[in-house]
Amino acid sequence: MEKRVAIELKNITKTFGPKVIANKNVCLTANHGEILSILGENGSGKTTLMNMISGIYFPDEGQIFIGGEEVTIASPKDAFTYKIGMIHQHFKLVDVFSATENIVLGLEEKGKYDLKEAEKKVDEICHKYGFEIDPKKKVYTMSVSEKQTVEIIKVLYRGADILILDEPTAVLTPQETQKLFAILRRMRDDGKCIIIITHKLHEVLSLSDRVSVLRKGEYVGTVITAETNESQLTEMMVGKKIDLNIERSEPKNPVDRLEVQHVSCVDRQGATVLDDISFTARAGEILGIAGIAGSGQRELLEAIAGLQYLTQGDIYYHNPKTGQTDDLRNKTPLQIRELGVRLSFVPEDRLGMGLVGNMDIVDNMMLRSYRRGKSAFLERKKPKDLAQEIIESLEVVTPGADTPVRRLSGGNVQKVLVGREISSSPTVLMAAYPVRGLDINSSYLIYNLLNQQKEKGVAVIFVGEDLDVLLELCDRILVIGSGRITGLVDARTTTKEEIGLLMTKTVETAPEGGSDNG
Amino acid sequence: MANMAKKTREPLLHIAKRDDMPGWKAWLIRLAAIGLGFLLIGVLSSLLTGASFGKVYNIMFTGVFGRLLKGNTILLWRFLQRAAILLCLALAVTPAFKMRFWNCGAEGQALIGGLAAMICMIEIGDKVPHGVLLLIILACSLLAGAVWGMIPALFHAKYKTNETLFTLMMNYVATQIVAYYVVLTSAGSGSNIIKPVPYGNLPILFGEEYFLNVLLVTVLMVAVYIYLKYSKQGYEITVVGESQNTARYVGINVKNVIIRTMLISGAICGVAGMLMVAGTDHSINTNTMGGQGFTAIMISWMGQFNPFIMAGMAGLVTFLKTGAAKVADTFFLNSSYSDIVSGVVILFLVGCEFFIRYTVKFRHSKKGGEAR
Repeated sequence: MEKRVAIELKNITKTFGPKVIANKNVCLTANHGEILSILGENGSGKTTLMNMISGIYFPDEGQIFIGGEEVTIASPKDAFTYKIGMIHQHFKLVDVFSATENIVLGLEEKGKYDLKEAEKKVDEICHKYGFEIDPKKKVYTMSVSEKQTVEIIKVLYRGADILILDEPTAVLTPQETQKLFAILRRMRDDGKCIIIITHKLHEVLSLSDRVSVLRKGEYVGTVITAETNESQLTEMMVGKKIDLNIERSEPKNPVDRLEVQHVSCVDRQGATVLDDISFTARAGEILGIAGIAGSGQRELLEAIAGLQYLTQGDIYYHNPKTGQTDDLRNKTPLQIRELGVRLSFVPEDRLGMGLVGNMDIVDNMMLRSYRRGKSAFLERKKPKDLAQEIIESLEVVTPGADTPVRRLSGGNVQKVLVGREISSSPTVLMAAYPVRGLDINSSYLIYNLLNQQKEKGVAVIFVGEDLDVLLELCDRILVIGSGRITGLVDARTTTKEEIGLLMTKTVETAPEGGSDNG
Repeated sequence: MANMAKKTREPLLHIAKRDDMPGWKAWLIRLAAIGLGFLLIGVLSSLLTGASFGKVYNIMFTGVFGRLLKGNTILLWRFLQRAAILLCLALAVTPAFKMRFWNCGAEGQALIGGLAAMICMIEIGDKVPHGVLLLIILACSLLAGAVWGMIPALFHAKYKTNETLFTLMMNYVATQIVAYYVVLTSAGSGSNIIKPVPYGNLPILFGEEYFLNVLLVTVLMVAVYIYLKYSKQGYEITVVGESQNTARYVGINVKNVIIRTMLISGAICGVAGMLMVAGTDHSINTNTMGGQGFTAIMISWMGQFNPFIMAGMAGLVTFLKTGAAKVADTFFLNSSYSDIVSGVVILFLVGCEFFIRYTVKFRHSKKGGEAR
């Protein structure tokens, strides 16, 4: 069947400053009745490219054709007149408004503001494509996937024919992802042009009709999904063949290192974020923690690191050197260190917690160790050596050790942080989303580092979002949902689906989410 | 199609961020900006007064530095003294600013420090030996300033009060206390002025009344630089300022650092107050600091929290204020003239930062030109 061309890009170039070339001579076409994946690593310019189509950025060079006509898209409003709708990674919704109110917000329709009529229209769209949403539901009571649904309906309501979705599955469970894919396929069959931005290969293969690959801002090529495979796509993305296997060794004589017992804590508003959590982390083993984003993973690690006040429970640390057991409950990070607990923590927020963006690599190395010695003045010699060592051994790309870390790319920032945390030869290593935003090479480097630590006998706790990786890397996986433990599974025998079900277990039994959509 | 008309709509210019400018080039731009500012002042002044270009500058320079060639250094020292006080206050607020604690209370902290000095001079001035008296004055001023700076910090650490408002309000409290003390001690004289006190004045070194003042502030400048850059406490201040989360993560007690830093900030303000009272005026009134505590905030920012650059900025601002006042005097202009002059130069200096941090790109016409 001959496809109708929806949008065509010719030689699009966009630079930020003299050094950063986000897109260079990118050419691609997307057709009606087709799902096109834009595949590329983080920082390869996928989002920048799509932002130019949706009017957020303006290209330095090149042309955009819609339906065969050359157009100028200088603002999101222009994009809207060409029936282009983009669903961003970070939702832009008003919390206290209902779904419908958010959907009609900002529309300049003539005539009376008629919410009833709008709700009807929203219902129609839902029926047509199979969305499940209550138009009257307030956004603040919605789950992440419901919010995403609202965002998608929002652009459909505005009559979008070309839909761009930026990493839509990043925040979804496997089940929710399947639901979204079904909807996207229905939209494709309706003749819409769907473009999804992603770096997940298996999604590309299962969903899209064609794949366009970007690498470092340059257009590599387009292939038909049915005629390609995972390794060819990886090669296109990275530019060389790459081994995508994680070597998982059997844990060697694992002993209990950290015992978390009945831990609960509340957030500032007094809402429970951790509810009676108990588990044991063993030395020489990687314990994975899976769950929907925001289910309490961050709070759990922070509680262990001494950054959260516990309302109940204890955290016992079995010291391998002294044989003693210490209770870390409600101790400050400094007190924990003074107990001789060698706890390393790679937090989720790298530049906001793990590192100081405006300080250079050397000064960031000192963060953990600057107190050493009695002198009132800083000793920069050792941190300088450590910085050099990490730059060399982890291949950090930086102009020098005196470069502020915020100028480094995401992968290099993470190498600096992980390098520092490992350098103190920890007995417990906690890492929250350590590969988020990293390219494939850096990601596998981090997995290898975690594995090395495990083999050294460190108790590794790994909070991840990519279930495939969790299954490949970890020994045991703890699943949490809404601050509670919903399951503990053996990573070698479990399946993605099982974990997916466990992730949503408490959400479904929670009272507010219980209303059926009948 | 409806989009035909839109075709030519392409932004004429756009602004792009840059961070690749070498330091020397940035400073060249800043110098050029100051030069341009001065040029504009000259033009403005000539237009206003009808005097020649050169004459305006001449009055300005001799008004500030005096007739140096003839060996007269009185005005030069007065200039150095003013700049030193301003720098001292800027040095005081800088540790707090580096911690992102917006101490707008330098004026009040200095005034209280000055008041402490004044009280010592009046109450025990004739009872203890001069050397001991000076030490007591120094200690009292440091303490008074520190306490005045610590109060908002305590409340901020404990109850998360807004430090900007709190420190600002403390200025008014300080002013009122000084007003009360002035009335109290000058009661009966009917003048409401404290006559210069002969006790507890800072010693005259090398025949210059202000030598010790300038020397003390210079030492302080180096000390603050070293403290911020090379001490562990200075490192903690930077970490707390950049990210309190990171600070907690590495086990820094954020509250303690805030309180400690404000103690230091207030204490240095107290020194500035002492220099004003014991070292310059030998008296006190509600206007002793003359708003310099607020100017110091600007100096600290313009000096990018670097004490040495701040010294230059303090000199520049003092020069502008004094020089412009002299020009205004000579040509019978009112006091707003001085504000205009310093405003113009500072506007240029601040404005040029835009060109250091961003580049402006025009629509590249080269392609269109070739095509046609």
